[in-house]
Amino acid sequence: MSALLEVRGLRTVFHTRAGEVWAVDGVDVEVRRGECLGIVGESGSGKSVTFASVMGLVRSPGRVAEGQIVFEGRDLRALSAREMRAVRGKEIAMTMQDALTALNPALTVGEQIREALEAHDETLPARGQARRAAIRAKSVEMLGLVGIPSAESRLRQYPHEFSGGMRQRIMIAIALACRPKLLIADEPTTALDVTIQAQVLELITDIRARLGMSVVLITHDLGVVAEHCDRVMVMYAGQVVESGPTEDVIASPRHPYTRGLLASIPRPGLRGQPIKPIEGQVPDLIGMPPQCRFYSRCPLRRDACLAPVAMRPAGEGRSARCVLLDEVPA
Amino acid sequence: MSLGKLIERLLQLVPVLLGVTLIVFVMMALTPGDPVQIMIGDQTITPEQEEALRRGLGLDRPIVERFFVFLGNAAQGDFGQSFYHRRPVADVISERLPATIELSLVALIVALVTAIPLGVLAAIRKNSIFDKLATVGSLLGVSLPGFWFGILLIMLFAVQWHILPVSGRIGYASEVPTITGFLLIDTLLHGNLPAFWDAVKHLILPAVTLGLPMTAILMRVTRTSMLEVLRQDYVTFADAKGLSRRRVLFRHALKNALIPTVSVAAIETGSLLGGNMIVETVFGWPGLGRLVVESIFLRNYPLVQAAVLLYAVIYVGLNFFADILYTILNPRVKL
Amino acid sequence: MSMAAATPAAADSIFRRNLASFMGNRLALASAVVVLLFVLMAIFAPLIAPQDPYETDLFRRLQPPAWVEGGEWGYLLGCDALGRDIFSRIIYGARISIFVGLTVIVLATGIGIVAGLAAGYLRGWVDVVISRVVDILLGFPYLIFAIGLMAMMGPGLGNIILALAYKEWVIPARVVRGETLAVRELEYVEAARALGASPRHIMLREILPNILSPVVVVSTIRMANVIILEASLSFLGLGVQPPTASWGSMVSDGRAFILEAWWVSTFPGLAILLLVLAINVASQGLRDAFDPRFHE
Repeated sequence: MSALLEVRGLRTVFHTRAGEVWAVDGVDVEVRRGECLGIVGESGSGKSVTFASVMGLVRSPGRVAEGQIVFEGRDLRALSAREMRAVRGKEIAMTMQDALTALNPALTVGEQIREALEAHDETLPARGQARRAAIRAKSVEMLGLVGIPSAESRLRQYPHEFSGGMRQRIMIAIALACRPKLLIADEPTTALDVTIQAQVLELITDIRARLGMSVVLITHDLGVVAEHCDRVMVMYAGQVVESGPTEDVIASPRHPYTRGLLASIPRPGLRGQPIKPIEGQVPDLIGMPPQCRFYSRCPLRRDACLAPVAMRPAGEGRSARCVLLDEVPA
Repeated sequence: MSLGKLIERLLQLVPVLLGVTLIVFVMMALTPGDPVQIMIGDQTITPEQEEALRRGLGLDRPIVERFFVFLGNAAQGDFGQSFYHRRPVADVISERLPATIELSLVALIVALVTAIPLGVLAAIRKNSIFDKLATVGSLLGVSLPGFWFGILLIMLFAVQWHILPVSGRIGYASEVPTITGFLLIDTLLHGNLPAFWDAVKHLILPAVTLGLPMTAILMRVTRTSMLEVLRQDYVTFADAKGLSRRRVLFRHALKNALIPTVSVAAIETGSLLGGNMIVETVFGWPGLGRLVVESIFLRNYPLVQAAVLLYAVIYVGLNFFADILYTILNPRVKL
Repeated sequence: MSMAAATPAAADSIFRRNLASFMGNRLALASAVVVLLFVLMAIFAPLIAPQDPYETDLFRRLQPPAWVEGGEWGYLLGCDALGRDIFSRIIYGARISIFVGLTVIVLATGIGIVAGLAAGYLRGWVDVVISRVVDILLGFPYLIFAIGLMAMMGPGLGNIILALAYKEWVIPARVVRGETLAVRELEYVEAARALGASPRHIMLREILPNILSPVVVVSTIRMANVIILEASLSFLGLGVQPPTASWGSMVSDGRAFILEAWWVSTFPGLAILLLVLAINVASQGLRDAFDPRFHE
């Protein structure tokens, strides 16, 4: 499998009154064709900012400072704003945590699907009745795909007229309207209650298989990752601390933080529960010394951790950012 | 919004309107000076005639009864006789009203078409030189005393540069027979383009003076709400869909940002009513505002009473309209 | 909201921090200094004014400002149609503007606090009555209400203050009512209630100190408005009567001479603009420093 998206050495900084915050500090990501990659971390770990950087959606006072973002051989950071708009929505699409806030309250659902199609879909007839009919047909098809009944009449409705689960489906339908190669799903289930969570995740997995696209699933729920992702990447304080095939990572975590995450979840049935964080707080990212970022909370900390810690290979297709790997060879 | 809710809201206006009417009535009842004496003026009449006059005006009745009579008459548009004009107050007011409405509408339009683009631009270019200038400008706008600003404009544009007329609605030479009372419309109906242009020239300075504070306020509101909206998830999501910048800004952001602007505009239109008195006085504009100010000095109280009540009713109506407009523009809010 | 921020004990240090933040805003601070200068000018008017503001001199009728040909440095901003020194009249006029502004705001804030506390804390019929009155008064455009009252009461300084205060109190009352509703259920108020404190004690000692800063902020912003309203009434001839110098009536006096003596209207209006602008900028600085809801 070749890489669809390859991110190397990404650093994204936010200029705040208190100082510079490196929300993403040297992150490498590889997303392969057709796979589902899970990104796990607490809030503030930089997982969402990493993919906002990929999409070119980091807003002032934030800025992507360094790194390469290569999508199908093109460096997205080198693209103009106009070229980037042609990538967003068409090649890479994104859904957000809460559809209630992500859908525009003042526009009908139909318009919000239509405009995505109009922005990117070149197969539509150029103008007139034929174009309108084609857009309508595609919109209905997309709503059908995400399981919204009587789609035809619901196009005229506003987002607030739908239930939470329905809204999430609509947001997914909009994101997928132009058949993107990569879907970034940012916490797609956090805002939903448990039964609907499962439905939405099934939907994403199902559509991924049907459309043959890749999915990045950003979540703080390791259970969700275990069920839906081929590989997983664990982030902590702006860095990747561990990555590898999901089964391997869950079976034998190599980083104390990953271990802590797993230990905080009741074993059978793994999912549904948010992470009960490990003792202590995520460190303040301002003026962070160049040491292991998990140092203050790590039960296994030692002097070697006070020097910068790099990612190390940790077995077949795996790596982790921990000095313990040097002591006990994997 | 359902019709039932609308009616419910309308019914809530009733106590406010009653209260407003009561205050206006009390205000005038407590005004020193006997209306009969004012009517009589310098004429000499017999005590019997005076008594008859008093009875004719209903002034011999108890005050509570007089209030209900006033209320009943007011509801039918009867506000009694204008002492000065010796004609029904309602007639005198309705003659002057078109001039005031025309001026207010033009001021409102001037304010909207300048404030919205400037506010949006200031928000998009936040912290730029333009944004700072706009902030200073809006502070100046709310701090300028309207009567002085009007005089300043007259001194510059009329006296110094002779570009625009000093006062009035239209030059004598351009006067046309009244059809609607709105000169911009009447001159066009008569096909008299020079007269239309003359009326426009007379409107510019008063409309700018009247609209300036509103422009400042609306610009501020638009900027703030646009900044607020640009932070919303749905703007990020619209960007994530790869929509053009124009579409994101105008269809997604502006449509939501204008909701507060429009309702503030409806409320602020009410404050144009007060500004009218000042601006009409400065520019010799023959509207209701100037009529009221003149009537105070002529002690033409029935007219003042009717006008204050009319203003209050319009004001309450505008506030109600602002509420309704807000719910119409904002599909999320159900009344 | 953290409890620490809401208890009276912490209020003092918050006040200090807010004050420091206001002092850091140079533009707002400069504006506050301008306002202060106006106040000093009003207080010490007889000492500062170079001429007697009421002394007419027909030989100086419409004498231009000092830097224009025919002007004199003793009559800096020129003279009006009665030959009175405009600069001195502006200095005396500050007394009217500032006196009316301050008195109306103090009166209105006092009434507003009492009405707002009563409505927000006692609720029930008190709230219904007060809120209804507030609604009705809000039904009048401000200037029109004041004009109506002035027509009824006749011109004069005291009447202006009354006419403006009759409606002005509604604004602090609404603010106080809203804030009171927000804090009345907080822990320290509950605690005071449990200890058997009287409603009066709770309203004045427990609630009022904690809601004071938004009220003060709103009041300073409103003061600018009141000054413009007073000037507008005086301009219309409904305010203080001649020969007393008031900025609004001075502008009005100059209207008859816009063809030959621009200075008669221009300078008094400039004084209004300067004072109102300074109050607006300073109060915006106060708002930014003291009212956390406006922090961006």
